[in-house]
Amino acid sequence: MTLNRNTRIAAVVAFLAIVFIAVPAVISLSGRFDLYYTLTSVALLSIASAGVWLTFYIGRINIGQGAYALTGGYVSAILVMNHGWSFWLTLPAAGLFCAAASVLIGLPILRLRGVYFAMVTLVLTEVARLLALALPITNGAKGIVSIPLPGALSVFGITLIPDFATLQNSRLAFYLLAVTLMVVCFAIMYRLVNSRIGKLCQSLQQNEELASSIGVNIAYLRVIAYAVSSFFGGVSGAIFAAISQSIYPSSFTVTDSVNFMLNCFLGGLGYVFGPMLGTLVLYFGWDLLFQTGRFQLLIYSGLMIVLMLVLPNGLLSLAETTRKKG
Amino acid sequence: MEQVIANGLYLGAQYALIALGLTLIFALMNVLNFAHGQMYVLGGFITYTVYGQLGLPFVVALLASGLTLAVIGALMEKFLFRTVIRRSHREESTMLLAAATAFFFDAVILLLFGEKQRGVPKIVKGVFNDAGIIMPYDRIVVGALAIVFIAAFVLYMQYSRVGRAMRALAQDRVAAQLMGVRVDRYSMIGFAMGAMLAGVVGGLLVTITGVNSGIGGPISIKAFLMVMIGGAGVVGGAIAGGFILGMMESVGLTVLREYGDVTYLVIFAALMVFLSVRPNGLMGKPWG
Repeated sequence: MTLNRNTRIAAVVAFLAIVFIAVPAVISLSGRFDLYYTLTSVALLSIASAGVWLTFYIGRINIGQGAYALTGGYVSAILVMNHGWSFWLTLPAAGLFCAAASVLIGLPILRLRGVYFAMVTLVLTEVARLLALALPITNGAKGIVSIPLPGALSVFGITLIPDFATLQNSRLAFYLLAVTLMVVCFAIMYRLVNSRIGKLCQSLQQNEELASSIGVNIAYLRVIAYAVSSFFGGVSGAIFAAISQSIYPSSFTVTDSVNFMLNCFLGGLGYVFGPMLGTLVLYFGWDLLFQTGRFQLLIYSGLMIVLMLVLPNGLLSLAETTRKKG
Repeated sequence: MEQVIANGLYLGAQYALIALGLTLIFALMNVLNFAHGQMYVLGGFITYTVYGQLGLPFVVALLASGLTLAVIGALMEKFLFRTVIRRSHREESTMLLAAATAFFFDAVILLLFGEKQRGVPKIVKGVFNDAGIIMPYDRIVVGALAIVFIAAFVLYMQYSRVGRAMRALAQDRVAAQLMGVRVDRYSMIGFAMGAMLAGVVGGLLVTITGVNSGIGGPISIKAFLMVMIGGAGVVGGAIAGGFILGMMESVGLTVLREYGDVTYLVIFAALMVFLSVRPNGLMGKPWG
């Protein structure tokens, strides 16, 4: 991608304008307020998918993001309900808890590669679900319900974010929150990938032994990447719990973990913004096909197979091929 | 105690047969077949239709399950996986394809057979009750059949020309090609055989546990577990993994009964610890 600097800045500004101004304007004009919820979900899921993408970037197939999303949701819910924390504090807490957990889990399992890592992470999702069912603090299959909406956030007496419960349109507030986090998350990702660490991560993806032989600390790097990935998963899970005001062991299951992975594949593994596009397309595709009733899954998976045959390197690879031809 | 071991052996024989198909496909193509559980379910439903609905003999039903799945597997390899492997930059892209086919099978099964739990009449009546072991005869028959199939598979891989070609392929694809092995053809046969095994187990088990459209995913996860225990892509590993998981499940359900439904939690935790000590499973090759 050799866009020059000005086009890149213009693209970012255009994107921000669309997300923060155009979308709310269009929604309030058309009166389709339900779209806020859809778009909020897309934004949150793309944060979690971005984490999965980062583990792909170091050459690991991660099907365990659902575990961290679930953990994040529970950490936030328990801190709010049992310990009276403010939601805004639980957000980083959930992320950090997941990151810490992922360091502990990652140290042994990141030694695995290829399918082994993929399968262990898949199992991890199941472990998280079973733990949520078995632990006393998570309230078993009944889950944690009626979590209050996020309260006001004020620093030095200045209210930065108003209390969500007092807002007329808490959907818009959640949308803005999710989208802001998504922008921040992808900015971090972009920065990370185009930094020295990003280049080192790419070397891991290609050949770990070679990278380690020329002095790259591979064990450290992959734990860091995995921790960042899980941090994103935890944060997105925490907001999900806040939006739905509830969390159950079945809130994030193996299917969700697989979907996070599919989002990355669909967008394209070689592109930082792949997960965002992939999530958008998959989520909206699924929603649009709702009208087809019982054929929904059939058409959806059929399209996915066709897409895979035509564009096995992701949707964003389309841009690349046309540019090459033109 | 004898009862627990007998249950474990019976479970293990079935599990090993499921894991064999998965590991075969993985060994030949480096594809993690997410749709394996769905293939199992499809096999179960075919046997249900042929044996339960149409009233044909069980053997015919089992053959029908195996053959249909073999054809499906061959087509999948030829038209889907081969194409994607050729076009994609990264090997992992096949996982999206595999997951998509899993969803696709789920949808097809749901449309064709509905969401109800289906069972068929017992193939053999009566219960074996001696020496402290209680076991219905049909379970013994199914367990024995599973062991026969496993033995047949191992012998076929070991001594037939096709089996030898496939083992060569699993060892080193390029070298096999240079020696004149028709790689494409044997990949297809291998995929078909893997799918066939899944179909056959589905057909066998429908006589005991019945089948419903939702169990595909959990079966896949169990198959993954077994393959991980034994080591991916190794026939012996899959068999060992199957029997170990069967035994652990059987023992776990008895020993951990008072702690509630934690058997699988314990199995998963044990697996994590085990894999951190032996990342390639019991017999797996190092995988990069």
